[in-house]
Amino acid sequence: MLLATAMLVMAVLVSFSIGRYPVTPADALSFLASGQTLDPHLQTVLFRIRLPRIIAAIVAGGALALAGAAYQGMFRNPMVSPDILGVSSGAGFGAALAILLALPVAGVQASAFAGGLIAVVLAVSISRTVGKAHNSTLVLVLAGIIISALFSALVSLIKYTADPESRLPAITFWLMGSLADIRMQELPAVLILVLAGSLPVILSGWKLNLLSFGEEEAKTLGIHTTRLRMLVITAATLITASVIALCGLVGWIGLVVPHIARMLGGPDHRLQLPLSFLLGSSTLLLFDTIARTISASEIPIGIITALTGAPFFIVILKLRTRQSW
Amino acid sequence: MVESKRPCIELHNADLGYRKEQPLLQGINLTLPMQGICTVLGQNGTGKTTLFRSLLGLLRPLSGTITLDQYPLHLIAQQELAKLIAYVPQAHTTPFPYRVEEVVMFGRTTHMGFFGNPGRKDREAVDQILDMLELTRLRDRIYTELSGGERQMVIIARALAQEARLLILDEPTSSLDYGNQVRLLKTIAKLARNGTGILMATHQPDHAMLLQANVLLLRKGTFMYYDQPDAALQPEILTSVYGAGIDVIDVSQKGKPSARICRPIIDC
Repeated sequence: MLLATAMLVMAVLVSFSIGRYPVTPADALSFLASGQTLDPHLQTVLFRIRLPRIIAAIVAGGALALAGAAYQGMFRNPMVSPDILGVSSGAGFGAALAILLALPVAGVQASAFAGGLIAVVLAVSISRTVGKAHNSTLVLVLAGIIISALFSALVSLIKYTADPESRLPAITFWLMGSLADIRMQELPAVLILVLAGSLPVILSGWKLNLLSFGEEEAKTLGIHTTRLRMLVITAATLITASVIALCGLVGWIGLVVPHIARMLGGPDHRLQLPLSFLLGSSTLLLFDTIARTISASEIPIGIITALTGAPFFIVILKLRTRQSW
Repeated sequence: MVESKRPCIELHNADLGYRKEQPLLQGINLTLPMQGICTVLGQNGTGKTTLFRSLLGLLRPLSGTITLDQYPLHLIAQQELAKLIAYVPQAHTTPFPYRVEEVVMFGRTTHMGFFGNPGRKDREAVDQILDMLELTRLRDRIYTELSGGERQMVIIARALAQEARLLILDEPTSSLDYGNQVRLLKTIAKLARNGTGILMATHQPDHAMLLQANVLLLRKGTFMYYDQPDAALQPEILTSVYGAGIDVIDVSQKGKPSARICRPIIDC
């Protein structure tokens, strides 16, 4: 836990220093400490350009990893990511529709957020109407897959009708995810939503442990499983939808980072959830720093997380010699 | 908690099962005391697990009622019910590698608040239970890496941590080697002596005799209840329940108490 916090602080410092406009870590530190500097551009570069991105990366990475960890515990399945119930494709559809209609940035974000929520609400209500006689977890996951497929098709439809000169590239870039255009004033709303979603999840850590024995056993141990599950779904959806609305589709963080947290801190969710948040923050911050510095033009961060996440996941699978996760 | 002088679970005219038109157990009128040992015998698919799931509040009766101390079972909140009835499912495993101590601590959850975390009292209770079941040496081992017998004992420890009055065990010996089966039966006898009620499904009629338990025989949607194992373990009854020839023989050896054991008739 301490190590993870230290890592995050290091990542913040590195990210402050690296970029097109060179700043030494010493300069950055002394400026942050005193507010005084000889360089007139330093303040602009650090506060107006880099700080919002750093905050966004910390919040988004941490939130996605936290939501992923909570879902993996709840579904008793280490292969689950926070978009299992369709929040990503719903948000993608919302954003694509807003871009097609030429809404401003705030409109795109609101539409993405709403799309994500609607997708999950649909998935949950499908599972409820089908529900009862079947294995409820399985039905929920299947409903999520159905909704994801549906919204992906709708995104394709929008792309097909979008103007290939202007709208189509905008949609495509949005879907790849980026932290490039984030401004300070967009952050408070996302921060509040992420906080509102994260706290109840972190506090439910102990009960999530019990859920990993399965629905019925958790019940006989005295857990109101339906209530706990709705709490986790609501919180994780709120978190994921607001993050996606802010920075587009950033995959893999929510799938891979909880595994690292579990390897380092064990399966107890009371430790694993906050640890996932910290590690997710550092990871996304690191990736975003790479995304904006590796080449002259910015690389969409969704590409970087996928390019590094995939081989990394293979390594984790290989390292896992035990039968269990 | 619900208190009364003679705690018991009562089923009134209860149809149990999953589909109304085809209940697995029909018109059950039965009073099960929440003390002593009761073994549940019957062929596969006669509704042993269905009965247990109904008693645990996981399955509502299709018709009729189940009451616990005269109070309808389905009106008791899950967290309160867990303080009264604990469940030991058949051998299983979890996908995440918890330590033994943690698994047993999960049984304490019913005594914690909504965002509850284990406290000092919970840790003391877990220590005591591990000690009683002689599991202290396994405390820091990983649950998923234990043998089947050890896992079964850990899950029993978890159920005991609930401090429930009735323990329901679903074929607890089915995946155990002979030595572990004997150890498990000894543990069950000890728990019953200490005042915990035991309701246990088993495929070994001998267990009823060994534990001097009441017997609930399930057969084709109906049941027979005996408060003496001798009354239930008759060759004709067992033969008709299992649909296979079973003899019951008395064995006596010099200097040892006599015993009645079941012996299947295999003639070929």
